[in-house]
Amino acid sequence: MTKFGEDWKRGFRDLILEAGKKALEDSNLHGAEIDGLFAGTMAPGPLIGQEHAGALLADWMGLNPIASTRVEAACASGGVALRQGFMAVASGLHDCVVEGGVEKMTDVSGPDVVSALGGAGDQEWELFPGATFPAIYALAARRHMLDYGTTEEQMASVAVKNHLNGSKNKYAQFQSPITIETVMKSKMVASPLKVFDCSPVTDGAAALVLMPLDKARAHTDTPIEIAASAQASDTLALHDRKSLTELNATKVAAKKAYEMAKVGAKDIDIAEVHDCFTIAEVMAIEDLGFFKKGQGGPASEKGQTALNADISVNTSGGLKACGHPVGATGIKQAVEVTWQLRGQANGRQVDGAEIGLTHNVGGSGATAVVHIMKRVN
Amino acid sequence: MAENIAITWRRIPERYRLAGSQCMTCHAKFFPPRKLCPTCRRKGKIESCAFSGKGKIFSLSEVHSAPAGLELEIPYVLAIVQLAEGPKLTTQLVDCREKDVKVGAAVEVVFRRIRSDDPEGLLHYGYKFRLVK
Ligand SMILES: CC(C)(COP(=O)(O)OP(=O)(O)OC[C@H]1O[C@@H](n2cnc3c(N)ncnc32)[C@H](O)[C@@H]1OP(=O)(O)O)[C@@H](O)C(=O)NCCC(=O)NCCS
Ligand SMILES: [Zn+2]
Repeated sequence: MTKFGEDWKRGFRDLILEAGKKALEDSNLHGAEIDGLFAGTMAPGPLIGQEHAGALLADWMGLNPIASTRVEAACASGGVALRQGFMAVASGLHDCVVEGGVEKMTDVSGPDVVSALGGAGDQEWELFPGATFPAIYALAARRHMLDYGTTEEQMASVAVKNHLNGSKNKYAQFQSPITIETVMKSKMVASPLKVFDCSPVTDGAAALVLMPLDKARAHTDTPIEIAASAQASDTLALHDRKSLTELNATKVAAKKAYEMAKVGAKDIDIAEVHDCFTIAEVMAIEDLGFFKKGQGGPASEKGQTALNADISVNTSGGLKACGHPVGATGIKQAVEVTWQLRGQANGRQVDGAEIGLTHNVGGSGATAVVHIMKRVN
Repeated sequence: MAENIAITWRRIPERYRLAGSQCMTCHAKFFPPRKLCPTCRRKGKIESCAFSGKGKIFSLSEVHSAPAGLELEIPYVLAIVQLAEGPKLTTQLVDCREKDVKVGAAVEVVFRRIRSDDPEGLLHYGYKFRLVK
């Protein structure tokens, strides 16, 4: 993956090229062996004026004439691309697939980014009346506070933990630790969410290679198995859901993934969850079954999700500190879990990590995709 | 996102009068109107209906970081309102700050300007809500 951040010197093509090259080097692979490409990218149209990203990427990565497909599912574009590649390889139609994720977000102004990201929600019935993405999650946060007593300090503790993890990750956008006070005193964005409750606007790309396990063994001594891939949907608009405080798509996808991998929530050592806002991590660790509904806030505050605690959540720094180039996030999560399972997460390695989970959400929960990854011995 | 005249014109019944729809098979009501009941699907019989414009605040947030086009409105209170007939919608609350309102409070619909595309562009009107005194 590339270093995430505000990268004025490099464009869309430069970012994915760097990530792709690194993935091939890591896999000891030649371009000629690759027979498919899936790329998650949410909004190159509004952000850089470019569509047809599948063709663009195959072209600039020198991979023509392989099949190349752009996948879009808002902030879950990367995770859904990963699932498409997984299915392509599992079906036997493809033997070696490159998975990319990329977003170039800082070439347009702030309000234009906010509007482009708004496309992840219901343009006609949420965004037009005045919602923004932070505001949609703020509506969920307000309800979570009322229904379960979750506090702003508990949400802030998610940001503090993720910034601490990010400070140990050289790829992270933000590498300085912060305190609860930093969050509480930061500028209000949409109450109760403040700037430090939000993921930032980020340029970045990530890539990895998928192949059948027996073939992968010929390329590396440390292949990582995707033991489960599951995806679910919900209403596009938050207001159409019975409950604002749980993501049913996450619950459904997680249940299917646990069944497919034949593991339970208790078996997961590390998880990269979708913390586009601090409240999103609180809800994710509940909906994924790590903590009971309503306990996500207290668990975060008590440090139960810190590095090497009960379950290590967002060791990369998460979307909050590592950054959130939307289409790249789902792939970056899988890259982080791969490093952790191989014991290569320098400075933030979780001891004896065997089973990892990635959780990627589109919009306010209209798409959720969960992968479970395992070390193979 | 700027809207052209055709888009705005198409949405007038919903935006001006809260026109909705209902499924005569399972009696679910929808705002905005759906043309397919997600529960009954092809077995559902859809008819139009109107909403009273009365409701309660289900959740709220005060927006301080504006999307393009609403820069002059901030801070404003955004809410999910549950209509008396059941469906929920996202809307702005007028004539108040966050400290003046509570989740659960009774609100009613008002007709307001929502946004203008640019100084020379279209003015868009539609529903907002206010506290019932
Ligand atoms: C939170 C948000 C509104 C802040 O934007 P902003 O107020 O325009 O911030 P600026 O870009 O002017 O940055 C001001 C400073 O705050 C920092 N900053 C910006 N966003 C930050 C964040 N999320 N966390 C921590 N610091 C942040 C910047 O690095 C900058 O620091 P500097 O002055 O030291 O350089 C913006 O990051 C945002 O919209 N985030 C949400 C993104 C989103 O919706 N993603 C999709 C989720 S589904
Ligand atoms: Zn019905």
